[in-house]
Amino acid sequence: MFGPTRSPRFRSALAGTLGVGLVFGLAACGGSDDSDDDSNTAAQSIDCAQFSSFGDLKGKTVSVYTGIVTPEDTAYKESYKPFEQCTGVTIKYEGDKSFETQILVRAKAGNPPDLAIVPQPGLLKQLVATGKAVEAPAEVAANVDKFWDKNWKEYATVDGKFYGAPSGASVKSLVWYSPSEFKDAGYKVPTTLDELKTLTDKMVADKKKPWCAGISSGEATGWPLTDWHEDMMLRLSGPETFDKWVNHEIPFNGPESTAALDAVGAYLKNPAYVNGGLGDVKSIATTTFQDGGLPILDGTCSLHRQASFYAANFPKDAKVAEDGDVFAFYLPGKTATEKPVLGGGEFNVAFADRPEVKAFQTYLSTDTWANIKAKGSQGWVSANKKLDPNNLSNPIDKLAATILLDPNTVFRFDGSDQMPAAVGSNAYWKQATSWITGQDTKTTVDNIEKAWPK
Amino acid sequence: MFDTAETTAEKFTQMFAAILLFAAVVGIILFIAGRFGGRRGDKIVAYSYLAPTLIMLLVGLVYPGMRTIYQSFFDAAGSAFIGLDNYKTIFTDTDQLTVLRNTVFWVVVTPFVATAVGLLYAILVDKAKMESFAKALIFLPMAISFVGASIIWKFVYEFRPDQGNVKQIGLLNQVLVWLGGSPQQWLVDSPLNTFLLIVVMIWIQAGFAMTVLSAAIKAIPDDIIEAARLDGVTPWGMFRFVTLPAIRPAVVVVLTTIGIGTLKVFDIVRTMTGGQFNTSVIANEFYSQSFRSDNQGLGSALAVLLFVLVIPIVAYNIRQIRSSEAL
Repeated sequence: MFGPTRSPRFRSALAGTLGVGLVFGLAACGGSDDSDDDSNTAAQSIDCAQFSSFGDLKGKTVSVYTGIVTPEDTAYKESYKPFEQCTGVTIKYEGDKSFETQILVRAKAGNPPDLAIVPQPGLLKQLVATGKAVEAPAEVAANVDKFWDKNWKEYATVDGKFYGAPSGASVKSLVWYSPSEFKDAGYKVPTTLDELKTLTDKMVADKKKPWCAGISSGEATGWPLTDWHEDMMLRLSGPETFDKWVNHEIPFNGPESTAALDAVGAYLKNPAYVNGGLGDVKSIATTTFQDGGLPILDGTCSLHRQASFYAANFPKDAKVAEDGDVFAFYLPGKTATEKPVLGGGEFNVAFADRPEVKAFQTYLSTDTWANIKAKGSQGWVSANKKLDPNNLSNPIDKLAATILLDPNTVFRFDGSDQMPAAVGSNAYWKQATSWITGQDTKTTVDNIEKAWPK
Repeated sequence: MFDTAETTAEKFTQMFAAILLFAAVVGIILFIAGRFGGRRGDKIVAYSYLAPTLIMLLVGLVYPGMRTIYQSFFDAAGSAFIGLDNYKTIFTDTDQLTVLRNTVFWVVVTPFVATAVGLLYAILVDKAKMESFAKALIFLPMAISFVGASIIWKFVYEFRPDQGNVKQIGLLNQVLVWLGGSPQQWLVDSPLNTFLLIVVMIWIQAGFAMTVLSAAIKAIPDDIIEAARLDGVTPWGMFRFVTLPAIRPAVVVVLTTIGIGTLKVFDIVRTMTGGQFNTSVIANEFYSQSFRSDNQGLGSALAVLLFVLVIPIVAYNIRQIRSSEAL
């Protein structure tokens, strides 16, 4: 009688004590400290006085959330070190490949990072719409006025409020080619759209398939075509019309947009022009964008329109330089004097207005940071006007920086990145893909217009 | 402690912390349950054991489910009530109708073909030499994840142009070239591409069907089979009047289980075509509307539709399992 009644009691009491003890024990080991193993090796001396107005920031932490992962993240972390040493703030960097969906989930759930590196103005608008993004401090706005073209500020401005300084930038209006092929065949880099057409025809006369392209990119399949279309829109109708088109002040299926898509079709839907080394016109749809320009190295393709970041897709032993195996030239404007450039970039958007976050935002908006970052990076440029191209080590980055910093350049941000997500990251891609596999231009632009949110 | 772990040591610390936390919760429940005795106590004990499960179901399933249904009546941003408009879109918009058509293809073809292949194979290898080896062969794809299988099949369908000295790397096109044909871009033409994706699902699921059905066939009492043999049954008659009726419950369970899995198919479509070339299905469309297109309302409506479509199959499946257990 005694044993059976007493022993479960005893056991349950023991279990309870153990349980409570464990919970307390856990709480005790909760406050694990982040060991600071800053080695002063990569430290570069910067003027620390600029952060003194933010007060004593020692021991504070700023979390950064971004889609930039290994290996590109190293250069970012290194470039934060001078700031960390000046202020004693710890920067916690978190790179995540699914950043673009997760940042919205986190913002909506009330768990945003202190700072996010946002790659599209459209996403920036969505983040502002969640009500969690914080307006950029006056110091940042002043720096952006000083160091960037005013267009850039507008991309990060929603309803008159400015949300963050631009970070990196990329130039999309580039055509990759083989310098040695050009030299051997006596081709010249074209300076107008007409010359580009003449060059293409000359290559056809030389029994070549001049252009190669690939638009396959998982669920984002189709995006390289939207870049083509936007580049033509910018060239044929001019930057003002381009802006109206992007903001839907003129319809997507208007005459300008139709003409631009037809201009792309004159190249990419012409079986005599494509798809060098990759198949027929349709093969553009199934070739991954990473593979799209590689036939240049095999000599089966001569021209490939793709952004500056495409340099990373060439094999390591291929020399990317003006005198190397492959290089790029600026996709010319209608005339030699017009220099419209389509590009992209990221913005630093904050979700907290603590002094240490403001100080960090300010640091990222300076020319100091842009130059430190440039020195440590490959395949990275900024549109910061005080960026010294000599700090860039690789030729294609130098070319991109030169184009961005040219006073004659009229820069426009990638249009699909600014359009509402239902168009810019869904209908536009999908319809462009259908277009290259046979759908006519009118149906294509009509369908995209129809998908525009009311 | 609750931040993202970066070093291996931190990850281990977090893992042990989680295990300890689990042990602590179990300990506390045991403690509470142990405080009560007697007849009334039994009830309390039962409820305190059920409580964690109930709480998790409420927080992790019931609440999100209700919330999704609620959201499906709102617009893209989730701010304005629009009634049944999202559902109207699903059944009228051309793109969405393609999605529904593809889902019908998937659900009609996959369970029946996978079960038929599995059943045929199970009967053929039954009591054959090397039976377990033959079964392992067809069961192996089950061990591969959907994404892994999709990548394998993407290579099977891979296209290289028919020019110069370019070599095919896709199995299907290489076979075609050997037979004197020219390589095709398999995944571009709709609706053929949807059926080529369905092949992947069948490849994965046939092994499951085969295993379950083979076990059911082995469970048929020998005396029935002998009696049928003595009556001079033909092989077809044996299958039609003895084997099939005897394993009917197992066949239904296999059909419905594969059917449920097929309705929810997402990985294969997303990995192989990303829903391009008119191959999207409900689960994939629900994801791209919610997360890529920023249309919460339509995304939720698609999720609700999927839920509604799965329920009858699940209910039927459970009833079948029950009745087969009752036998």
